[in-house]
Amino acid sequence: MSEPSSRKLFEHELEERLDRVLFASPSHRSITRLATGLEPLSRAQQDLVLHWAGVTAQTCAEIGHLIVSSAPKALELLDADGFEAWVLAALDSYDRQGLRPAMESLRKLEAFATERSGAPFARLAEVEGRLTRFVQGLSGRPLAVRCVGSGNAAWTDTDAIFLPELLAAMPDADGNRRLYKATAAHLWAQTRYGTFAADIDATIAPLPDRQQALEWLALLEAVRLDARIAAELPGLAREMAELRGPWPAALVPVLPRLQSPGATVHDSLALLPEFVAAGGVPPWLTLAGTLDPTAARRVRGERIGKETKVLRNALAALKGAGGRKQGGEAALDVAPGDDGALEVRIDGEVVALPPEAQAAAQSLVQDLGELPPEVLSPAGPGGWLPTDKEGPGPDLVGDRAADWRYDEWDYHRSAYRKGWCHVYEMAVAPGDPDYVAEIGNRHRALISQIRRRFEAVRGEDRVLGRQPEGEEIDLDAQVDAHIDRRSGIEPSPRLFCRRIRNERSMAAMFMVDMSGSTKGWVNDAERESLIMLCEAIEALGDDYAIYGFSGWTRTRCDIYRIKAFGDRYDEAVRRRIAGIEAKDYTRMGVAIRHLTKLLAERPVRHKLLVTLSDGRPDDFGDEYRGTYGIEDTRQALQEARRQGVRSYCVTIDRHGADYLKRMYGPAAYTVLDEVGKLPTKIADIYRRLTAN
Amino acid sequence: MDMLSLQLPGITDEPYYQPVGEEVGLFEAAAARRLPVLLKGPTGCGKTRFVEYMAWKLKRPLVTVACHDDLTTADLLGRYLIVGNETVWMDGPLTAAVRAGAICYLDEIVEARKDTTVVIHPLADSRRVLTVDKRGELLPAPPDFMLVISYNPGYQSILKEIKPSTRQRFVAMEFDYPAPDLEARIVAAEGGVDLDLAKKLVKLGELTRNLKGQGLDEGASTRLLVHAAQIVSAGRTPGEAANAAIARALTDDPDMTETLDDLVRAVF
Ligand SMILES: Nc1ncnc2c1ncn2[C@@H]1O[C@H](COP(=O)(O)OP(=O)(O)OP(=O)(O)O)[C@@H](O)[C@H]1O
Ligand SMILES: [Mg+2]
Repeated sequence: MSEPSSRKLFEHELEERLDRVLFASPSHRSITRLATGLEPLSRAQQDLVLHWAGVTAQTCAEIGHLIVSSAPKALELLDADGFEAWVLAALDSYDRQGLRPAMESLRKLEAFATERSGAPFARLAEVEGRLTRFVQGLSGRPLAVRCVGSGNAAWTDTDAIFLPELLAAMPDADGNRRLYKATAAHLWAQTRYGTFAADIDATIAPLPDRQQALEWLALLEAVRLDARIAAELPGLAREMAELRGPWPAALVPVLPRLQSPGATVHDSLALLPEFVAAGGVPPWLTLAGTLDPTAARRVRGERIGKETKVLRNALAALKGAGGRKQGGEAALDVAPGDDGALEVRIDGEVVALPPEAQAAAQSLVQDLGELPPEVLSPAGPGGWLPTDKEGPGPDLVGDRAADWRYDEWDYHRSAYRKGWCHVYEMAVAPGDPDYVAEIGNRHRALISQIRRRFEAVRGEDRVLGRQPEGEEIDLDAQVDAHIDRRSGIEPSPRLFCRRIRNERSMAAMFMVDMSGSTKGWVNDAERESLIMLCEAIEALGDDYAIYGFSGWTRTRCDIYRIKAFGDRYDEAVRRRIAGIEAKDYTRMGVAIRHLTKLLAERPVRHKLLVTLSDGRPDDFGDEYRGTYGIEDTRQALQEARRQGVRSYCVTIDRHGADYLKRMYGPAAYTVLDEVGKLPTKIADIYRRLTAN
Repeated sequence: MDMLSLQLPGITDEPYYQPVGEEVGLFEAAAARRLPVLLKGPTGCGKTRFVEYMAWKLKRPLVTVACHDDLTTADLLGRYLIVGNETVWMDGPLTAAVRAGAICYLDEIVEARKDTTVVIHPLADSRRVLTVDKRGELLPAPPDFMLVISYNPGYQSILKEIKPSTRQRFVAMEFDYPAPDLEARIVAAEGGVDLDLAKKLVKLGELTRNLKGQGLDEGASTRLLVHAAQIVSAGRTPGEAANAAIARALTDDPDMTETLDDLVRAVF
């Protein structure tokens, strides 16, 4: 490295050099802090850090910065080779996936170190999908699985469970994978069996050491929840018991009380002061995790509030719709069933609650144990005030007038904003001419399998001869029968022809998310999927089109033409598929409206709109984010339905989000937790949607 | 001209049916008023069994037609057959049911070809007649004749929706999987296992239903739970039975299979 001398560098010298290599550093103060961190290191280590800081800063100053600030910790865990490998891994992910993944890779320092040390471990990334599906099965409502910041224990805020990046507590990888499952199940049980139903913060406030109290409480709850799990899911409880071993001796005296079927979090809280007073150090139990009652109670409260509103609004809507009695109010009667399914009667007649309200009710039962009367009363009129957000909106319009204008749904006012969105339509710029061929080679087996399967589905008019029944006479059969009769043989009764008609009168529109968030994997998966789809649909002979969408505020909603109806799947289309790239934001409603319009004009019986996106609608500024965008998308799907267009929405979202049910209410949808699955699944989805 | 006719025996033994709501009373009311009935609900939730039970209860013969995509009008109404030198008319199941004053159950009506469903229209409104055009016959339905159709709204194919002009002729009854306690009783009774095991199977059923739309098209039906119970009563372990009769029956996707295995292991 650059300096031959072996004297350790002092803070001011380090500062000077750092200033030189991290030229883009935000402030001098932060450089001082970095220098302070490096001072205790050996000269060789200092040189190593300075060298790599310089190299990485050439590529990206932020990475250089993070490397220097993490260096002291990194050099505790890693030797020089390890340090280099850690930096190179980050640079590699920067080249392939961009800044954010690179920064994440650097932050996963402990995981990187454990992995290098060769100890058997399991990694959250490899079990995440499986855990997500498992807790979804257990709980029946979304409970996301996320990664906890490095060095922290597992915990839940009741909306998500946070697990360590890597587990190495068990002697082998399989044991560590099972430990993940057990920990996830335990955290699920905290939300399911009411750990946060009590005000934990208030109860432990008088205790001397909050941290210690929470640790004991986590253990006491572990005992109680274990018994609850054992009652309902004995197999799971057995597996968890194997992993944790016998309960720590300190807990043995309280087992009977906490394991009795009626025990609640209040029993754990009642026992807590005793344990805190005894002063011992709480034993460590990985799967018990830690508690953050403040965060959990806040999230739980917000959810209860939100779901109460959904339910009460749905009841109000039903009541309004069911009021057939002239003048008088319709009588509404709501009875909770045993599994949280609500039975709603209006004027004595059972009516169906929309699915999102049914789900809200189930979730409330999980949080509250039952449905209290106040959540079952329909919302009164005037729940929300119309806020007028009319303002001018940012003006990013270019020199050209919009090709089309569309209304947008403003849920605040329950009304449309007229001509609100400006749509520009353009073709995707052609991409790499070899891309499609390359994908074709990579997936050759899959593509030929898809083609074979789709050809089998392809409907064509055909005539079946020698039928017992049909609209025409089969001459050959008649002649044979005549001969048979003449020669005294009993003739066959199959004397007719029957025409089998092809009933596929189908047009399909594919709407592809080209927003910025699709950069990287999602974009690759989308392009590959479209190639599979084209191969499949070409085999079927259905009429189809592909458009991308993105944009930047309401005045620039871009629709990218990839394949119009009637275009052949030729070189130009293939190059446009290759050219699909991540652009700006996701204003979904307007894209649905425009593509629905194109689709509705097709002279066919069945019209199908398939949307591919990677999460919630979003646009620049806050306007479209959140409820507004969700409600507008929902409304647009409803409009499509009224125009005879059926929609199917495919979302790639690893965290199986709860807004989907509301947003896609008028449509059917599926959530893929892994982008990688899209290309293999998409053709199947289409086949099922349009099965004869 | 000769005519071959079907024999339509009544149902003599009471089929096991566990009522889950008001469906028995509603069906009786529709029968009394000669209205046709549409049963909606997911697969394997007891629709067919319910119709069998009602046929027994109302003491009427039952004709069941499983609809499929090649089902033609003639398959329902009947056709001429040529036997030797003669043409012979053979009633189809629908015509036979009308003549006999039976309950005709068209299972999975959406599977039938579109033009086929139209023949039931005049039978399903106030006219209550069947036109057998091949024979030039206009067959009025006797009071005991009743038309029942079923379909599973969970189908996602847009080519398989029931037309409004068809569905609006029927009194619709919605079926769903029974509440856990009832379902456990059904699984125990039908599967020949004790209530304890039945409850576990129902628990597993619930967990799989939580995955509907999240990787599974449908959760486990009551039918699958009954199957698993039957495999246990034939001597296999609950885990084996649940794997074969439930997990493998629900999906081919390796990830989903893994998750279902996890759930099976959690329950037993
Ligand atoms: N209420 C019930 N009482 C008794 N048995 C039931 C009941 N519900 C379901 N079953 C059991 O479930 C099995 C499947 O029910 P059935 O065949 O009637 O389903 P289905 O709704 O007709 O399904 P599909 O739509 O697939 O035809 C029955 O054979 C029976 O064992
Ligand atoms: Mg059936």
